[in-house]
Amino acid sequence: MINRKKILPYLLVSPYIVHFLLFVAFPVVFSIVLTFHKWNIISPMEYTGFNNYIRLFNDKTFFKAIGNTLIFLIIHIPLQIIVALFLAEILNQKIKLRGVFRGAFFLPVIVSGVVVTILWQQLFGFDTGLFNRLLTGIGFGKIGWLTDPNIAMTSIAVMATWKNVGLYIILFLVGLQTVPTQYYEAADLEGANHWQKFFKITLPMINPTIFMVVILSTIGGFSLFIEPYIMTGGGPLNSTVSAVLYIYKQGFFYYHMGYAATLGLFFAFIILAVVMIQKKFIEKDH
Amino acid sequence: MKKIKSILFYVALTVCAVIFVYPFYWMVIASIAPENEIGSLTLMPTSLTLTSYAQMVDKIPIGGAFINSIIVASSITIGVLIFGSMIGYALSKLVFKGRDLIFYVIIFTMTLPFQITLIPQYIIMVKFGWIDTYWALIVPYLINALSIIMFRQYFKSIPDSLIDAARLDGCNELQIIFRILWPNSMPAIITIGIITFMASWNEVLWPLIVIRDESLMTMPQLVTLFAVGGRAESQLGVKLASAVMLALPIVLAYLFFQKYFIQSMASTGIKE
Repeated sequence: MINRKKILPYLLVSPYIVHFLLFVAFPVVFSIVLTFHKWNIISPMEYTGFNNYIRLFNDKTFFKAIGNTLIFLIIHIPLQIIVALFLAEILNQKIKLRGVFRGAFFLPVIVSGVVVTILWQQLFGFDTGLFNRLLTGIGFGKIGWLTDPNIAMTSIAVMATWKNVGLYIILFLVGLQTVPTQYYEAADLEGANHWQKFFKITLPMINPTIFMVVILSTIGGFSLFIEPYIMTGGGPLNSTVSAVLYIYKQGFFYYHMGYAATLGLFFAFIILAVVMIQKKFIEKDH
Repeated sequence: MKKIKSILFYVALTVCAVIFVYPFYWMVIASIAPENEIGSLTLMPTSLTLTSYAQMVDKIPIGGAFINSIIVASSITIGVLIFGSMIGYALSKLVFKGRDLIFYVIIFTMTLPFQITLIPQYIIMVKFGWIDTYWALIVPYLINALSIIMFRQYFKSIPDSLIDAARLDGCNELQIIFRILWPNSMPAIITIGIITFMASWNEVLWPLIVIRDESLMTMPQLVTLFAVGGRAESQLGVKLASAVMLALPIVLAYLFFQKYFIQSMASTGIKE
């Protein structure tokens, strides 16, 4: 009986341990092994030393994917924070139909990225897309939203903002509600205006939420896949190749398992490094 | 003056809301508009037709994909709830050696980028012979670190006396979890259930990797391959019809359970 009681907790957590060993621990170790090999799964693995690493540092597409992700993040993160914070501030006032508006902003969050991408591909269309129809309607020229290499990644970043911003509105709303109302009342007595209150009280108080939005958006940026996969295939001129799309292409299009694993390892390190740098910055700020 | 300001405020807010909703409206009317009108469509087509849907059913096994999606998403959700509550219970209410270690390992796996495990996990599927089976779609997702943490957190708020009383009544540990803790943990179960089902329903990268047999594809994969594969033959309406079918179940669920959806998604963001 005592023995049973001792074993029982381990029985309960055993599914986790099996899953961890099989789908986390082994893959991490094996991915490092893979980086030293050339392998297409069918023929035997071939040891190639540091070849994959050398190749990686000479791979223009790898650096292009990093650059594209950075472009994505530089546009996506500030846009996301500004729009989400603005709409959250509005929803935090006493307004009518708050639930309806909140529900509307949140709608793209729950819908599959596949749906959003197919839909925006039409909106971005050159000849009959809604955006270009609007532009020509007010007398401007058409824009190659997805066909101009200088614009395509920006277009995807705007679309991703539209899709995710509802979630961040909710997170900011939760953050805004933690700010004690006495702070604002005290500021009112001092005669502070709306902007002063926003920058001196609200912003510092919701710093943790901003940090979370930055981290989640960064991870999202490096996980970008289905958007370029459907819209552009990574083009034009590799201007929308993302980290995951490139791993996917190397792994499941060319069957370069060793090289794809090397890419995965490096992108994982880059993600962790970027997140750590962001953490340092935001913590130092306050 | 104040009234004008208030009206302007609501007009601006409504414009914002329209920006988020109108594209979906456009997608739905475009899918039921005659093909030659989609290019100039803004509010309403001159006539409505289901041709796009008929052609879609003709070209891709959308019904089968729907059933596959239901099977996969339900199995994963049930598995995550059962395993998550078992493990969360052990980590919150039982005392044993290595408990804290397991907890830290779970936290660690949550910060591990998936890019590093993607290729090896695929190779495991190949070696198991699970390519083109439901196993590949379901088994890797049965355990979810976030759901374990959430169950652990929630169970901690349930008083030990409730569990002790059940034990005195002769309940075994599984009965404690599923008969005593579950009825007292409905908010956690609803939250985890919704986010798990939604994430599985919308997952597309992993199916694209492990499934090639069209009869086993889930909805997002089938719709994706249809959209990029040229089988839609540049017929916009058919492409959009398939996107509507993919969005519909989740949107319907959202309309009924909006509050739960928003709360669930918000709580996952905060936990991370």
